[in-house]
Amino acid sequence: MKVYSIYILNKAGGLIYQNDVNPGLNRLSANDYLVLAGTLHGVHAIAAKVTPTINGKEVATNEYPNNQNAILLASGKLQDSNSNKSGLQSIETDLFNLYIFQTLTGIKFILITSPNPVVHNLQQINREVANKGELNKQYAQANEIFKHLYIIYSDYVMKDPFYSLDMPIKSSLFDTKVKEIV
Amino acid sequence: MSNDNDIILSSATSMSTLTINEVSKDGFGYNPSVGPQSNIITPEASTFLLSSKKSIITNNPNSIYDKNIINKKNLEISLSSLAFLFCEMVNWCHSNSKGIQDLETRLNGLGYQVGQRYIELIKLREGFKTNKREVKIVEILQFIHGTFWKAIFGKTANELEKSQDVLNEYMITDNVPLMSKFISIPKEYGELNCSAFMAGIIEGALDSSAFFANVTAHSVPITGYPLRTVFLIKFDDSLSIRESLRS
Repeated sequence: MKVYSIYILNKAGGLIYQNDVNPGLNRLSANDYLVLAGTLHGVHAIAAKVTPTINGKEVATNEYPNNQNAILLASGKLQDSNSNKSGLQSIETDLFNLYIFQTLTGIKFILITSPNPVVHNLQQINREVANKGELNKQYAQANEIFKHLYIIYSDYVMKDPFYSLDMPIKSSLFDTKVKEIV
Repeated sequence: MSNDNDIILSSATSMSTLTINEVSKDGFGYNPSVGPQSNIITPEASTFLLSSKKSIITNNPNSIYDKNIINKKNLEISLSSLAFLFCEMVNWCHSNSKGIQDLETRLNGLGYQVGQRYIELIKLREGFKTNKREVKIVEILQFIHGTFWKAIFGKTANELEKSQDVLNEYMITDNVPLMSKFISIPKEYGELNCSAFMAGIIEGALDSSAFFANVTAHSVPITGYPLRTVFLIKFDDSLSIRESLRS
């Protein structure tokens, strides 16, 4: 998996950090990046309202469990994948994959990566999927990156006295650490 | 007041319920209608204090005040909370300061008080038998570079050098300064280095040991260590005279 870009959105949907770690995406104008960020923020919010149904019946969605924080720290995921509280989590296309991770405070980390590897022999993947979960591999990798990103974000951004909340991140230390984990 | 033995602890909730005529049952405790006069220790108040089994500061027997101060064990605190505290200290100094130079001076001043107290504590913990007073510049610098640094930051500093050009100038280098580990200075702040606080600690410690010095922190990044900081220690001229008398 190749990571093309990393974006960080503040809780209002403003783009506060953008880093094209690997070339592979066309450059947009600065304004278009902001529009993209805003759109994703909106879509994410709408997706969180979409409730899954089973055979026409609504699935009872629980409120956030009490041990929310512990679950988040252990799994790195906001919610288990069967409920839709977490909103939009990933978009997988032929050309790129996009993953979103939202923290409890509403900060969104967005990752744009290379697409899932193409497997030509359908018969073969069926066996592989059953054994190794090949298709979920990228998703797991992305979650691993999110976990590290969240850690360095809380270290090198939140503990920096020269950073003001919800404003663009300019820390050069954060930049180098992001490059290290990708 | 529920219990005769309860000390009135000033807290936001208890203060708001007090009226001007309120007097505590024991006649002890701060009375806003009387003013500071009410805090004077009268015979009644002292008997009350002595008979009370509770400590005023805290009721917890494991509190930091009740532990033995001569603790040989390495005491560890969370780096995260230290970083957040330091972050707020820098913010506080920054909001009060008039410029970058002023900000550094303020950080230095805060560190100075820490240094004055810490050298006392470290010397006490070293023990009375092994403890000796350093009288030479090189010896005190080695103490700062080694024991002192280890006690505060958990590791010794990286280098200790003497300036080639200027007499009485020494340099201590730390590749990864603990306090400012997470801080990256924006370009518009130029030469600012938050390790001025650590420079203040060194200055306080040196001044307390009668090695009068001026300590400043300078960023000298090298590849691999973007935060590498050099603490420039400039000793007072009188020290060289003292040094030459001793040798």
